[in-house]
Amino acid sequence: MSLSARKIQIGRKTYRLNAVLVGWSLLLPSLAFMIFIFVIPLVQVISLSFSNFSMITGTGANIGLRNYRYLLNNDRFWNAMFNTVKYAAFKLTVDTTLALLIAVMLDRNIPGKRFLRASYFSPVVVPVVASSLIWIWFYDPSVGPFNQILSFLGLPTSRWLYHENTALLSILIFSVWKGVGYNMILFLSGLQNIPDSYLEAARMDGATEMKVFFKIKLPLLRPITSFIIMMGVINSFKVFTEINVMTPDGGPLGSTTLIVNYIYDQAFTSGRMGRASAAALLLFVVIFLLTELQRAINAKKHVDLV
Amino acid sequence: MTSVRKSQLNRRPWLSTILLYLGVAMMLFPFVWMILSSFKTKADVYAYPPRWIPSTWSWDNYQKVFDTIPFLRYYWNSIFTSVVQTFLQVALSITAGYALTRIEFPGSGLYRRLMQSSMFVPAVVTMIPLYLTVASLRLIDTYAGIILPQIETAFLTMLLMSFFASIPDDLVDSANIDGCGYYRVLTNVIVPNSSGAIATATLFAFLGNWKSYTWPLIITNNTYYRTLPIGMKYLVQESSSEYQVMMAASVMAILPILITFMFTEKQLVRSVTLTGMK
Repeated sequence: MSLSARKIQIGRKTYRLNAVLVGWSLLLPSLAFMIFIFVIPLVQVISLSFSNFSMITGTGANIGLRNYRYLLNNDRFWNAMFNTVKYAAFKLTVDTTLALLIAVMLDRNIPGKRFLRASYFSPVVVPVVASSLIWIWFYDPSVGPFNQILSFLGLPTSRWLYHENTALLSILIFSVWKGVGYNMILFLSGLQNIPDSYLEAARMDGATEMKVFFKIKLPLLRPITSFIIMMGVINSFKVFTEINVMTPDGGPLGSTTLIVNYIYDQAFTSGRMGRASAAALLLFVVIFLLTELQRAINAKKHVDLV
Repeated sequence: MTSVRKSQLNRRPWLSTILLYLGVAMMLFPFVWMILSSFKTKADVYAYPPRWIPSTWSWDNYQKVFDTIPFLRYYWNSIFTSVVQTFLQVALSITAGYALTRIEFPGSGLYRRLMQSSMFVPAVVTMIPLYLTVASLRLIDTYAGIILPQIETAFLTMLLMSFFASIPDDLVDSANIDGCGYYRVLTNVIVPNSSGAIATATLFAFLGNWKSYTWPLIITNNTYYRTLPIGMKYLVQESSSEYQVMMAASVMAILPILITFMFTEKQLVRSVTLTGMK
């Protein structure tokens, strides 16, 4: 009997021995990376979060729940969390609305449609650091074009990234510019999947475009909308690069310090690996709860429909 | 009925067109500004009223980038690490994706679940222990230290699995009858029949690796190993905020990507809509 035909039994199932050998040999490299860059670090971060391990001394001892207690009573941690929630709320509202608006307009008989679609999408593919450099200049209070235009028009100028009231907003405007094309593409593909017959039937019955949008397009886009909102929330909790480039010190009065920037600071500026690990795990819990919440809401909607 | 339809098709939505082109002017303005400004002199930058078009067109700012920072070194580091990472990620995703969709063996379901859960955990959670491990292996400021911890394959594997699963069983069966084993099926049937998907996956992985920021930032102290994004972040300080020089560097970092994007826009857009991948 040849090797390839031999069978082995594992549990209740029988496998071809050859399939088992080939399957595992093909999977092994991926599995090795998965273990070294995901499984092991995940176990380590939990144990680190209960220690006061410091990068400066290179040692640490178990201190139980002290990191967690410190963080939950710490103003700077809550400030970073609160900033992140503000960021997420603004980004979701503005980004999603604009993306939907652009997609709906693009989904018509527009001249130069491909050029428009590609142009709205182009900031998405560009490296964030490179485009951040352009915007740092835009926001310069004295030689930045934004203030120059405002003062030319006789309007009050702003200190943009350099004032605690406007710093986070400045970064948000940049984020919307950078990300709106991505959600627009998703909405556009959703709109193009709506059968023309639905829309025509409604128009036949005399529905206005406004009504067609709210009664047909928007409800049919719901799976995409909820996907965009979920990804928007999760991604807002992961933002780091543009903050780190545009306001390396966390912004005036910490006004642009988001949660990942806080973790980075604790770990790599102050060397407090234990505390940073605990903060990272708290972030993970928040993201996990948000995804579960979103899933529950979706499941409920599904039941309602059926 | 036909008349209604015809008028719908013929009527140009002028208001939408105007709004969309106004919007696009705003979207593209930063790029136009960047290119124009990369030729400006320092006096142009500080001129009031603002000067939009450079007074003289010179390549001085580009020269200055190379004089201020080891730009070519950064560029090479980015190319090298991105290419190696992309190659490893795609190769691993092809083999794993094939095994998971086309071969029945114990443990495949478990790996699939592991892969899915790894996508829910933000990178910052595993970053700290990973950094300590890399440091203890003395891999800080090495290519291995930059590359190996970034070989994440979950998303690419899932993407390729969806394509591999759609290859008709008949193709595989007839290859089996011709005497092809598992490995020959992979190289002679699966890969040639999903070359488009593999190309798109490669492009996506490359763009992601090219922008990669956080990990190279923490793992490089020595300027010799900085990748382009890290070098550009420090350029802000090292050029003492000479904006025209920063713009020249941005042009050189952005232009190759924008040109690649122009030629591959259709595939990229399609795979975004297929997967929601970023």
